[in-house]
Amino acid sequence: MGDIMEMLASALRMTIPVLITALGAIFSERSGVTNIGLEGMMMTGAFWGAYGALHYGPVGGFLLAIAMGMLVALIHAVVTVTYRVDQIVSGVAINILAYGLARFFSIALFGMATTSPSVEGLPKIDIPVLKNISVLKPIATDISPIIILGILLVFVTYWVLEKTVFGLRLKAVGENPLAADTLGVKVIPYRYIGVIISGAFAGLAGAYLSIEHTHMYVEGMTQGKGFIALAAMIFGNWMPYGSFWASFLFGFAEAISMRVVQSKVVPYQFIKMIPYVLTLLVLAGVVRKAQPPASVGIPYSREGD
Amino acid sequence: MEKVLELKGITKRFPGLVANDNISFDALRGEVHALVGENGAGKSTLMKIITGLYQPDEGEMFLKGEKVKINGPRDAIAKGIGMVHQHFMLINRFNVVQNIILGYENSPGGVIDFDKAKKKVEELCELYDFKLDLNAQVGDLSVGHQQRVEILKVLYRGAEILILDEPTAVLTPQEVKELFVNLRKLKQEGKTILFISHKLDEVLEISDRITVLRRGKVIGTVKASETSKKQLAEMMVGRPVLFRLEKPIVKTGDVILEVRNLKVKGSIDRHQLNNLSLSIRAGEIYGIAGVEGNGQRELVEAIMGLLPYDGGEILIKGKSNKGLDTRAIRETGVGYIPEDRHQRGLVLPMTVWENMVLGLERKPEYSRWWKLFRDKIKSLTSKKVEEFDIRLGSIELAIRNLSGGNQQKVILARELSYEPDLIIAAQPVRGLDIGAIEFVHKKLIEARNNGKAVLLISADLEEVLSLSDRVGIMYNGEIVKEFVPGELELEEIGQYMLGAHKEVGVG
Repeated sequence: MGDIMEMLASALRMTIPVLITALGAIFSERSGVTNIGLEGMMMTGAFWGAYGALHYGPVGGFLLAIAMGMLVALIHAVVTVTYRVDQIVSGVAINILAYGLARFFSIALFGMATTSPSVEGLPKIDIPVLKNISVLKPIATDISPIIILGILLVFVTYWVLEKTVFGLRLKAVGENPLAADTLGVKVIPYRYIGVIISGAFAGLAGAYLSIEHTHMYVEGMTQGKGFIALAAMIFGNWMPYGSFWASFLFGFAEAISMRVVQSKVVPYQFIKMIPYVLTLLVLAGVVRKAQPPASVGIPYSREGD
Repeated sequence: MEKVLELKGITKRFPGLVANDNISFDALRGEVHALVGENGAGKSTLMKIITGLYQPDEGEMFLKGEKVKINGPRDAIAKGIGMVHQHFMLINRFNVVQNIILGYENSPGGVIDFDKAKKKVEELCELYDFKLDLNAQVGDLSVGHQQRVEILKVLYRGAEILILDEPTAVLTPQEVKELFVNLRKLKQEGKTILFISHKLDEVLEISDRITVLRRGKVIGTVKASETSKKQLAEMMVGRPVLFRLEKPIVKTGDVILEVRNLKVKGSIDRHQLNNLSLSIRAGEIYGIAGVEGNGQRELVEAIMGLLPYDGGEILIKGKSNKGLDTRAIRETGVGYIPEDRHQRGLVLPMTVWENMVLGLERKPEYSRWWKLFRDKIKSLTSKKVEEFDIRLGSIELAIRNLSGGNQQKVILARELSYEPDLIIAAQPVRGLDIGAIEFVHKKLIEARNNGKAVLLISADLEEVLSLSDRVGIMYNGEIVKEFVPGELELEEIGQYMLGAHKEVGVG
């Protein structure tokens, strides 16, 4: 039982970066903008998170990471929403740009191309009540507050999308922007906000990796998690709860792969593939049934050209 | 009665054309005022001006006697002008209430009170006799009900003037009746309705007054009680319109298309075909009557090589089309006017002249190796534009800028240009106006007179009966009855269409 709980705790830690990024992606996608640049935004968050944590402490690191994630997202928004460049092309460019910038600033600020000095994480916390149940101990004690935040964000995202004016309009803009426009809902600002929220979330998730998970920045540490988050969001049918379970599935797969790597039964390269193979299978099998926002990926302009 | 809306001298120019030329008219409280005109007459532009999507170059607009400037759809609705679009502006994934309140949530603090909103919508439904399931997802509603949501949307915002753009184009006859009941009720409650249409029978039935537009100008405003369909059509088109088609007797020739025991297995998105047989001779129009979705589309696609079939054979001029791709089939002499011109007939972002050679570009007249003979194609296009009276600013325009009627004429011109022996015309006049319909029909009959075989598929029974030399009634993937127009009473045809009679077709 203890082992299973350890495993769950490990899965949860793996889940969080994917989950937070996926939740952010929901805002972007439901507003009608595909954000394939999530990976780059996470990378940006990971780098600036480490830098901020080094100089201003972990909270400062997270705030800086969020801000930088939003800045990169702003580029994506300007390019795709205002200038209506193909969203995939822009996203790919963002990923390349983020990678290059991270390396550039790493040399400039840390004096090392691929790693940062180690940084302090946030103080670990215990969940009251749950921590007293001995079985739940591994998942209720000594955990990062970002894990709690990530899970709270699932509910917050749901509430915003389903209960608020902002959510209703954001979704409308992603489903049928022309209809929204004729009803006086301004399409462009909502899409900007959607994309920028996704940047903030991805930045936060990236910073979690560097500040909380490894306590340092390592080049390429996001390991495709931005793409996995996108897959999780699709698997979750563009919904917060669905995305949570999908992210958890990937987190779990990763936790397993780490365990098995340690066991050295199968060559570890194959085990490392599990989360990615799972992503492929899920996308191949589930996407047909998924119901994306009707206008995702399509730039909007009034005159229709 | 009070003049609620008045336009004076509205003019709007676009590069290459004057869409609205000095337009003046007014609408009264409690009136249904129809705006009729062919596609391209300037109705849509005028509506966009009234709802503020366009600003007029000249002219003034008055609401209840006060001069106004409308700055956009939101401003329009704030001033009491609500637009019910022909293509519904609905969000399929939202439920009825969400659709209605969107953009007008009235929620201080940003949190929506859905219960309160729903109650308000319910009250509106009661006041105007709208029957609607408010919890349903809009995408699941019938077209008629979706239209009610659109109307409720503008009423919820307190519209006094409702603009309905081609509201009956998408409705079944029964739904049209229900819509008219709703409209009369709205009129009674003092709303003003601008009813845009080119279906003259309906316009005459529902309106009080009718304003006719032609080529951007107002031709006149008449009272519905004092005019006739014939007069309106003449005003619209600018010449007398024949509602009856002249069809000389022609001697039929060889069998051009022969379909024998055609079988297609059904699936989610296609209907089965069940031992379907028919044959068409040169100089003959064969019409398929039937409720849509009884296998008509599958039949056409099987003939055109777009859908593999499971049994039977299709012979075009005696040769089987099995294993041939669509291009090869077209090259055997088949012209195809597809049901959905936007999906299949045209490439919307491409120019008019490019669309004019689509699928023919390999012909030696139009290209050699990699080189397209642009000048030749463009001059041919200009010739066709004149011959088919296609109205456009320039052949360099993307074809999506043309009206539906003009787009269809481009397809027709292209498909007839290589003198096919067989013409497959699927819903050839769907969404077109009188002038364009008459034109398409004339061209099809002309083709028949010249010894072509024509397969006509239409959901409009009247069209099938007036054009065809022989008619096959399709029901559930079979031809259940073949007849010559005039042989059967309408009622009997209706019964076959609904499957009440069961009889095997006479191949």
